[in-house]
Amino acid sequence: MQTILSIAVDAFAYGMVLFVISIGLSVTMGLMKVVNLAHGAFAMMGGYLAAFATHQLGVPYGVAIVVAVAGTVLAAVPLERWLYRRIYGAPELTQVLMTIGVTFVIIGVANYVMGPSLKTIPLPAALEGPVDIGFRSIAAHKLFAVATGLIVAGALWVLIERTAFGVKLRASVDNAAMAGALGVRTKIVYAVSFAAAVGLAALGGVVGAQLLPIEPHYALRYMVTFLVVVSVGGAGSIPGALLACLLLGAVETTGRYLMPEFGEFFFYLAVIAIVCLFPHGLLGRAG
Amino acid sequence: MKKLALLTLALAMSSGVAVADTIKIGVVGPFSGPAALQGRNFQAGIDAWLALHGNKIGNNTIEIVYRDLPAADPAKSAAVTRDLIVGEGVQYLAGYYYTPDAMAAAPILVEGNVPMVVFNAATSAIMNASPYVVRTSFTTWQTSTPMASVARERGIKKAITVVTDYGPGVDAESAFVKGFKDAGGEIVASVRMPMNTNDFSPIMQRIKDSGAEAVFAFLPSGPATLGFMKSFAENGLRKAGVTLLAPGDLTQESDLPALRDSALGTLTTFHYAVSHDSQENKAFVEAASKAIGDPANLSFPAVGAYDGMYVISKMIEATGGKQDAKAAVEAVKGLSWTSPRGPVTINPQNRHITQNIYLREVAEDNGKYINKEIRTFEKQGDPGWKAP
Repeated sequence: MQTILSIAVDAFAYGMVLFVISIGLSVTMGLMKVVNLAHGAFAMMGGYLAAFATHQLGVPYGVAIVVAVAGTVLAAVPLERWLYRRIYGAPELTQVLMTIGVTFVIIGVANYVMGPSLKTIPLPAALEGPVDIGFRSIAAHKLFAVATGLIVAGALWVLIERTAFGVKLRASVDNAAMAGALGVRTKIVYAVSFAAAVGLAALGGVVGAQLLPIEPHYALRYMVTFLVVVSVGGAGSIPGALLACLLLGAVETTGRYLMPEFGEFFFYLAVIAIVCLFPHGLLGRAG
Repeated sequence: MKKLALLTLALAMSSGVAVADTIKIGVVGPFSGPAALQGRNFQAGIDAWLALHGNKIGNNTIEIVYRDLPAADPAKSAAVTRDLIVGEGVQYLAGYYYTPDAMAAAPILVEGNVPMVVFNAATSAIMNASPYVVRTSFTTWQTSTPMASVARERGIKKAITVVTDYGPGVDAESAFVKGFKDAGGEIVASVRMPMNTNDFSPIMQRIKDSGAEAVFAFLPSGPATLGFMKSFAENGLRKAGVTLLAPGDLTQESDLPALRDSALGTLTTFHYAVSHDSQENKAFVEAASKAIGDPANLSFPAVGAYDGMYVISKMIEATGGKQDAKAAVEAVKGLSWTSPRGPVTINPQNRHITQNIYLREVAEDNGKYINKEIRTFEKQGDPGWKAP
C-alpha cells in the first residue's frame, strides 16, 4: 500500500513537471497553429539564463526565474517579428523545417557560449530538502513544480477563457481577417501570445531542471516528450494537457517501477491507444 | 571496394619507396552533439601530448586530421574511416568514442594497412574484430570487477544492480554480479533502466523495496547521472544507509561541479582520476587543462587519447615512418610505460591495456570536488575478454 501511494506521488509530481514544460507548446500549436519545434530550445535558453544568473551574478532563485523568463522573451520577440511571423498559416512542413533550424542554431550558440558540460541551477535552502507528507518524504522542489504547474494552468485558463485578450486571441486564430476587420490588432495579439508561450517554456526549463538537466542537447533530447504531451492532450486545450501529463506520468512511473526492462514500451503503448481513440487528443477540438 | 583496394595499393607502394616525411593520423570522435565534451577531451589529450613531446618523431612530422561523428553511427563511421584512409591518406586511425563506431571501422583496417588505436570505446569484443586494433582506454568489465570485492570486504551481503539498458550497462551488471556471487554475496535484484529515463524515483522505490544494503549502478556519464544521484539522495536512500557503488563513469570529473554534495562519499572504481598523485599526471593535467580551456571540463577520455598518442609514436618509431600496420602493431605488443594514470602495459594477446584500477571516494578538496583515490588494484587485465 505504501509503495502504491509512493508511486502515485512520484507519478503526480513527474506529470506536473511535464505539464509545466509542455504547456507553452500546447499554446503555440493549438492556438497559434504553429508547429514550434524550437520550444525545447527556448526552455533550454531559460535554463541557461537561470544558471548564469545564479552562478555568475549570484542572484537568488526567485530572481533567476524572472531573469530567465524575461531574457528568453526578449530574445524571442525579434525572432517572432522577423522569422515566425512569416510562417503563420504556412504548411506544417515549412514550419517544422524553420523551427528545427532555429533549434540547431540555438544549440550551436549554447554550446559555444556556455560550453558542453551540464549546468545546474542551485535551489534555495527552502526547496533543497525533503518534505514529510505523512507516509513518506518528497523533495521540496517537486512540490514547488507541482504548485507552479497548478498556478500556470489556472492562470492560463482564466486568461484564455475569461479575459478580453482571450476573446481576441481566439477570434484571431479562428479568422484573422474578420478579427482584423472588427478592430483586433491581430499582429499584436500573436506577438503577445508567442511571447507568453516562450516565457512558459523558459519557466518550465528552470522549474523542471532538477528532472531534465540543462545541457546543450536538451532542446532535442526531450522534444518528442513535449510533442507527445500536446498530441495526447489535444493542442491548445489546457485541461487536456494537464490530463495528458498526469496520465502519461502515471503510466511511465508505474511501468518503470514494475517492469523497467520494457523501457518506454508502456508509455508509447498508452500514446498509441489514446491517439487511436481520440484522434484530436483527449480534450482537443476537431478542426 | 575495388577502387579502395587499388588506391591503398598505390599508397602502400609509394610509401614503401620513399619514406614520407609527414605522417597523418586520422582521429574520429564526437566533436559536436551530446558527447561533444568527450570529443574535446580527445583533443585535449592529443594537444597535451603534442605540447609535451612535439610533433616530430625521428625525421617525420605528424599531422592530426579530425573527423566529427556526433552520435553512434556505424555506417557513417565506416564512411568517415574510408575517407580518412583513401582521401586523406592517413597512416594511423585513432579515437572512436562509441563501440559500434569502432566495430564498423575495424574490418577496413587490414585492407587499408592501417592500425587503429581506440581512445575510448570500452566493449571487450572490439579487440577480436581486427588484429590491428590497440586500445588505451578501459573496459567496463575491467573497471567494474574490483567493485565486487570492495563490497564484500565492507561487509555487504545483499546488493541490487541498477544499470542503463545497453551494451556497457549489461557488461557492468554481468561483471559485478559475477564478482559479487563468486565472493559469496547475494544479488537480490537486477534492474535495467531504459536509456532515456528522466525520473528515477520509481527506480529508487525499487531499491528501497528490495531490502539491499548496497546498490551497484552504471549510467553513461552525462545528464542522466545528475538525475540519478539527486534522486538517490532525495529519496532518503543515503540516509537509510544504502551504499552506492559504481564504476567511475557515474562521477567523471566534468560532472562533479554539477553533482556537488549529492555525490559526496560515493565509492567508484576506475582507471583514472584527474587528482591522481604522480609527477606524470601533474605534467599531463597542466598541459591538458591548458588545451581544453576550462580545467573543470577535463575527464577520462583525455588520458586515453594522451596514451594513445604515445602508442602511435612508438609505432612510428618502430616502422621508421613506413606504412606497415602489421609491424606497427607487433612493435607495441607488450609495451610498458608510466602513464598519467600509473604503470600500464599493452597485453600482447589482446592488445588491450593492462592497468591499475583505483577505488575512489568523491571528496571535497579546497572547494573543489574530486575523486580521491583510496586504494589500488594492481595490473588489472580485461576479465570480459575471451580468446575467439
